[in-house]
Amino acid sequence: MIAGGALFALLGKDPVVAIRTIFWDPIFGEFAFYLRGQLLVKAGPLILIAVGLSLGFRAGIWNIGAEGQYIMGAVFGAAVGLAMFPTDSRWIFPVMIVAGAFGGWVWAMIPAILKTRFNTNEILVSLMLVYVAQTILSKAATGFLRNPEGMGFPGSRNFSGFPAARNAELIAGSGLHWGGVAAFIAVIGAYVLLQRHILGFQIKLAGQAPRAARFAGVAPTKLVVLCMGLSGALAGLAGMFEVTGPAGQISIDFASGYGFTAIIVAFLGRLNPVGILLAGLVMALTYVGGEMASTNLGLPSAAIQAFQGMLLFFLLAVDLLSNYRIRFLKGRAA
Amino acid sequence: MTNELLRIEGLTKAYPGVVANSDVSFAISPGEIHALLGENGAGKSTLVKMIYGLVKPDSGTMVLRGQPYTPARPSAARAAGVAMVFQHFSLFEALNVAENVALGMENPPPMRELAERIRAVSTEYGLPLDPARRVGDLSAGERQRVEIVRCLLQDPKLLIMDEPTSVLTPQEVDILFQTLRQLSAEGTAILYISHKLEEIRALCDGATILRRGKVVATCTPRDVSARDMAELMVGAVLNPPARAARRDWGDASPALEVAGLSAPSPIAFGTSLKNISFSVQRGEVLGIAGVAGNGQDELLLALSGELATDPGMIKAKGAPVGDLGPNARRALGFVAAPEDRLGHAAAPDMSLVENALLSGVVRKGLTKRGFIDWGATKNWAAEIVAQYDVRTPGTWVAARALSGGNLQKFLMGRELSQAPEVVIINQPTWGVDAAAAAFIRQEILNRAQDGAAVVVISQDLDDLLEVSDRFAALNEGRLTPTRPTEGLTVDEIGLMMGGAHGMEVAHHG
Repeated sequence: MIAGGALFALLGKDPVVAIRTIFWDPIFGEFAFYLRGQLLVKAGPLILIAVGLSLGFRAGIWNIGAEGQYIMGAVFGAAVGLAMFPTDSRWIFPVMIVAGAFGGWVWAMIPAILKTRFNTNEILVSLMLVYVAQTILSKAATGFLRNPEGMGFPGSRNFSGFPAARNAELIAGSGLHWGGVAAFIAVIGAYVLLQRHILGFQIKLAGQAPRAARFAGVAPTKLVVLCMGLSGALAGLAGMFEVTGPAGQISIDFASGYGFTAIIVAFLGRLNPVGILLAGLVMALTYVGGEMASTNLGLPSAAIQAFQGMLLFFLLAVDLLSNYRIRFLKGRAA
Repeated sequence: MTNELLRIEGLTKAYPGVVANSDVSFAISPGEIHALLGENGAGKSTLVKMIYGLVKPDSGTMVLRGQPYTPARPSAARAAGVAMVFQHFSLFEALNVAENVALGMENPPPMRELAERIRAVSTEYGLPLDPARRVGDLSAGERQRVEIVRCLLQDPKLLIMDEPTSVLTPQEVDILFQTLRQLSAEGTAILYISHKLEEIRALCDGATILRRGKVVATCTPRDVSARDMAELMVGAVLNPPARAARRDWGDASPALEVAGLSAPSPIAFGTSLKNISFSVQRGEVLGIAGVAGNGQDELLLALSGELATDPGMIKAKGAPVGDLGPNARRALGFVAAPEDRLGHAAAPDMSLVENALLSGVVRKGLTKRGFIDWGATKNWAAEIVAQYDVRTPGTWVAARALSGGNLQKFLMGRELSQAPEVVIINQPTWGVDAAAAAFIRQEILNRAQDGAAVVVISQDLDDLLEVSDRFAALNEGRLTPTRPTEGLTVDEIGLMMGGAHGMEVAHHG
């Protein structure tokens, strides 16, 4: 935070005001009634994705492509919903939820199966699939999901005009939509899984001591498929809730980096579900507060991103320093 | 008292919760081979780590050749003429002998010169080594030679050896002892740590016995019986394992049958298994000897289910199980104890409770519809700790925090208290003291008595001779035919194990 303040000062802004704008005003400032809701809107998908990722990270399976799974979840969910436009049934939304999760799951299965079959690196494959997903997204926005009444502008029908498929706020003005509820359920579910269930134990074991995990009868391929699938499905869910709620429509610039930020959230939360809940809220705060700061104080948005990066960097540094001691050696080769 | 190389006075080191060394004093003269004896957790490792500069004592003084000696790090200890051969080799398998030696030196000379010196030193001390060979291709005995030669190149005044014979065949042990005697004759003092009391009687001039961090006795090993030394170490009277007459269980097919087992090694630089066949009846103990790296790990993996083979290669009560995974085999009554405790048999950063769950979940029924019954797991872990005398502050302690012998006791307890029908153990008494070894061997015999078929793989011949009914040896992935243990001589066993792997005793004079 001090380094962040220094950065803001270098940019010619009052550091105290900047930091207050980011961390304090969204919760207690004059626009708090609106911004608090925004907080939940931003935190929901972050937490949902990060919880899924943390399971894989715990097992030593590095799904870096949550962004792609998030996009695919949104595309699948939206496509199913839009296909039924404009019918009205209360089953539409649940079906879309399943479709969204399925979309993310399918996208995560590609690196999972490539890894188990051909031993490819899941980090590279999942990351590259993000770019494929982005291409599909723009194709969807300009092509097969384009609003037929949109006069040729890119972007799908807006879900706000489609009540049966809409992810509305549950309590008006609170910012809480089904995605937030799903995030809470995911946090609780992951907590129970890791603490009480043998699968969670196997995930932790595989991450800490792979040979002991084999001895304990954990099948590595099953674990890869399970962890990738879970994180993909949760990311897909997040995308689906986002597209039907806050975003409202499939558009070219729908992808907002939640899938990547969630990686930071997962580590900030120490890969612990409860920690991720808190980290997701803090991260959402920097998003919301950062936007405030850039509009009110004219801070460049890149500065906010640098600030978020610093958070992760310092956390990892603290981790390292608490485990190792720095020794300064005087000009001697190893 | 001028003729002293190293004198240790009142050395004390405390760790949170345990005093590892309390007021330890002894002295070594030049050329003396001095044994350091003690149970696990008696403080031997801490003591030698202090001498080697790895650990700083809380109080007490050390005097080396009349000078105060306070090594801050191993390099300072080496500079002062103290060298150490660790129990676990610190060698890089992908590098050759000379490169490995160079890595351990402060100022390595050019490679060609170094290779010359390695060749010279190793032939002088009867430890022939080819500096250009890759360490991954060497046997355990040869690797130890690399470590020893690495130390000798520094021309040490004091050589510390931690359990050097645990990986050697009887013949290799003889050669090592020749080398050590030669070094001692040249004036190098040797601090020798071992559990094998007969070896100490054969080799050492003096002995210091530690118990719970304190010196409890000093003796001249030649004048004392091994049994007396063991009892001094433990502070109690020892009984050899009792063995009741074997019952005939009248089974149609053997509890464990291995037929034509061949499998490539999943381990880098491993040994593949070649056409191994044996069978074990209920109530019977088969001992498998062999020098490390001859396929023991692979055999254990194949028997435990971690390495899948053709179904028919391994049969339990006549039914093929070769393609079943570890948990499916556990359901059939198999338990297995791998040699490598941290990382394979146990997860280092997990608590003893979690580690109990690791292999006990199937046979102890510790889950209900997938949910872990932590209460029952805790109770079971506590039972193991109590029954096997595992010295730990509690079951919440991480596995890596336990000393090697204590963890070994816990892991043996974990496997042996699962009412097994087939027991496969690699190195059951590795690193544990005489009392614990006796207890573990007794438990193995008790399980056999209860009707389990037991396979004990070990490099410790005492293990095998005390517990096994039949005996075989692994050599480069092949198993010799089994023979009844009774009546076997140590020489015959040595030949079964593959002799001395081309080692030669140094001829001098």
